[in-house]
Amino acid sequence: MSHRFIPNTDADRAAMLKTIGVESVKDLFLDVPAETLYPKLNLPRALSELDLLREMQALSARNANLNEHACFLGAGAYNHFIPATVPHLVFRSEFYTAYTPYQAEISQGTLQTIFEYQSMICALTGMDAANASHYDGATAAAEGAILAINQLPGRDKVLVCPTLHPEYRATIRTYLAGHAIRIVGDEDTRATFEQMVDKHLDDKTACVIVANPDFLGQMRDLKPYAERAHAAGALFIVSAYPISLGLYKAPGEYGADVVVGEGQALGNPVAFGGPYLGIFATKTQFIRRMAGRLVGQTTDTKGRRGFVLTLQAREQHIRREKATSNICSNQALCALAACVFLATLGKSGLRQVAELCYHKAHYAANKINRLPGYRVNMKQEFFNEFVVECPRPVAEINAALRGQNIVGGYDLSKEYPHLGNAMLVAVTEMNTRDQIDSFAKALGEIKAKKRKT
Amino acid sequence: MTIVANKPEPLIYELGAPGRIGAELPKCDVPITRLPNRLLRDDLKLPEVSEVDVVRHFTRLSQKNYCVDLGIYPLGSCTMKYNPKVNEEAVKLPGLAQIHPYQDEGSAQGALQMLYELQRMLGEICGLPGVTLQPAAGAQGELTGILIVRAYHLARGDAKRKKVLVPDSAHGTNPATSSMSGYQVVQIKSDARGNVDLDDLRKHADGETVGLMLTNPNTLGLFEENIQEVCRIVHAAGGLVYGDGANLNAIVGIARPGDLGIDVLHSNLHKTFSVPHGGGGPGAGAVMVRQDLAKFLPGPIVVKVGGARRSARYAFAMPKQSIGRVKSFYGNFLALVRAYVYIRAFGKEHLHEIAENAVINANYLLARLKDTYHAPFGARRCKHEFVLTGKPFADKYGVHTLDIAKRIQDYGFYPPTIYFPLTVPECIMIEPTESESKASLDEFAAALLKIAEEAATNPQVLKDAPHDAPVTRLDDVKAAREPVLCYKG
Repeated sequence: MSHRFIPNTDADRAAMLKTIGVESVKDLFLDVPAETLYPKLNLPRALSELDLLREMQALSARNANLNEHACFLGAGAYNHFIPATVPHLVFRSEFYTAYTPYQAEISQGTLQTIFEYQSMICALTGMDAANASHYDGATAAAEGAILAINQLPGRDKVLVCPTLHPEYRATIRTYLAGHAIRIVGDEDTRATFEQMVDKHLDDKTACVIVANPDFLGQMRDLKPYAERAHAAGALFIVSAYPISLGLYKAPGEYGADVVVGEGQALGNPVAFGGPYLGIFATKTQFIRRMAGRLVGQTTDTKGRRGFVLTLQAREQHIRREKATSNICSNQALCALAACVFLATLGKSGLRQVAELCYHKAHYAANKINRLPGYRVNMKQEFFNEFVVECPRPVAEINAALRGQNIVGGYDLSKEYPHLGNAMLVAVTEMNTRDQIDSFAKALGEIKAKKRKT
Repeated sequence: MTIVANKPEPLIYELGAPGRIGAELPKCDVPITRLPNRLLRDDLKLPEVSEVDVVRHFTRLSQKNYCVDLGIYPLGSCTMKYNPKVNEEAVKLPGLAQIHPYQDEGSAQGALQMLYELQRMLGEICGLPGVTLQPAAGAQGELTGILIVRAYHLARGDAKRKKVLVPDSAHGTNPATSSMSGYQVVQIKSDARGNVDLDDLRKHADGETVGLMLTNPNTLGLFEENIQEVCRIVHAAGGLVYGDGANLNAIVGIARPGDLGIDVLHSNLHKTFSVPHGGGGPGAGAVMVRQDLAKFLPGPIVVKVGGARRSARYAFAMPKQSIGRVKSFYGNFLALVRAYVYIRAFGKEHLHEIAENAVINANYLLARLKDTYHAPFGARRCKHEFVLTGKPFADKYGVHTLDIAKRIQDYGFYPPTIYFPLTVPECIMIEPTESESKASLDEFAAALLKIAEEAATNPQVLKDAPHDAPVTRLDDVKAAREPVLCYKG
């Protein structure tokens, strides 16, 4: 009997082997070293669909999910509302079981949606062109650095802000490990942007990479920073949080040459870290140095509008070792989710989501700042994420919160030790006033408990 | 294709009207805070459409796509197999989709256990016990693998190696990966039987060799007949053998790359292990290595801590001499869930049936087609895929491989990979996968044989193809010369 995912019957196989001209399937593997054939594999036994579902449900049940918990954790992955249109359309077979649209005529669905995605990302970022997606925010940042290095030969320095996501900084380092490039700027996590550029920015600098809002939530007017980078001849790369762009100025408005970012928040669930979506957008002058797929508009032989993969001379399948990147598979389906998400929310909806995040986060910050033992710097500009100085180690606080079905914020003590017992708290439109009040109350009680002992 | 599919669909920006909305959000239930006006934008150019507009627009667009759920998708080296529906049920479970990557490990033990088991199963299937699930795609797996090889050499104090050997039939990602890793690429010739040319390999393998990037079976669909000798030559020169697992579907459950002499391997989980391709991604590119190389893996990876089965706990850990991380978090988690479900569905009893049927299917199609289409390596048995050349049609009738591919669309199928590998002129590369039945292959073969007839009798019908698709051939030159990459309207 065959496996349920394999349609050939024994009779089919026998007929096919006869046509091929061999006795048995083993005759098709004669070029494989005989002593290696058919290893005994230490794997579990096969499961029926029902048993499989039970197994997966059991695994799922052992995780605390955000449907049943109030989540105040962000730090690069955000719990946002996903309209029903998104899963409904993304899970259509025609989209999710298609390949990269090499044969354009029968892939117009994928191609047009990518073109629309690119258009929406251009609108959000203020750039001229966006690629069809990168793996995630971290790899998009690394590819941004590579674009700058290739654009400015002879410059061997990449400046990264200490408040760029720690995992993005780590990824940039891995990507550039084999090249004689110095990655500097984050040696001292306390350094301000000004201190960092005073120390490092020079005519050997290929680019300055900064996040807005930064990893600690701070939102800035980056125009003076962009001007400093440009004055030194370097490119200015901004890592942006796309939901914030529903409200705040596009990085293109304040001088970014490349905008990267984690696009997960646009219609993709937090899903334990992936699959997410790397946003990568730039200005016209750098298009030919971009990594990844690009979809362009053109016409067919009858003059009708259509879409194709274009400027492929940048890519590995054409240029091989001279390509701008080795990227092949990307995160197309996550980009489709972002496209449907942005279309559904539209011009006013995205702004509304951003405003809800802003108001709820400020409400939460004010509330927590009034708790004895807790402090939030309310003078600092922030969008939906802020640092809370806590009276006890964050790990202890989070353990206590878990008992009340609250997922607390990110513990900053490892990456930013100078902040002390600091928790990075994220608030989105998913957090109700009740949740925020309960969170603040729980935090207050944790302090109180300590006093009694 | 339906009538709707062939009607032009406006861009989403061209639909809708000012003031139309597609979503309503809850009222703000907290006091309003003053907005920082100097930092805010004036306008945002996004569509203004209703929910109905959105659903109809994207549903109509979907109908302009071919997909695996419609029929055979024989792209060579892409392994477009069926994507089991149970995978898609699993990824919707709230304890998998709705968990935050930074939530406490103790509150995500189910996820960690799944990752741990997947690491172990992939290590077992590939015969290479060190595993990272972090890479997001095959090409990222390659970068990870070559950086691991680099770390291995540097840890031995060997900094003089700078050449990566890459066979001429390799995917473009192999040379591109080598450059990204800071190495020079040396191309190795293939011999007349489609294997790595051993003399050329011996000539180039020396004290400066980082390693060899080998796809086996290669992109011609041929198993490397001298695999053990190839590995021996590279190892004798002090290099490592990197296995590009793009074609693992040909031998999964039948032979383990680690047993063949491969040191480091990536597997495209979106090929062999049924993660859907999603119109270009997301995939997943797990990397498997020899035990002694496991200390260089990117991390974090999942380890088991604490004793017996019942009380086992799982935790993230960074390997001791890790090359660092290659992306944020732990990999394309939901893609990993699908691969896990797929392996559990086959189990140890059935896993080898995947490769057996994939290889039978490819050899059967080759047998049906090789008398009509020229098969440059038709004298050998292929593995999961094979190549044909359209050169005789080009020479005799002026009909090119591109024309054949476009005509295939008219018969209701997706065309094979074309013009790759670069070593075969007018190449047509076909990979049917195990998901097709004999009946399905017979239909596809009949179409290709009919098209061969048409090439002789009515070449114009091929040159004007496709005739029934939503659009006719598109002007690639115009798209590249005057790039229009976003809506300007």
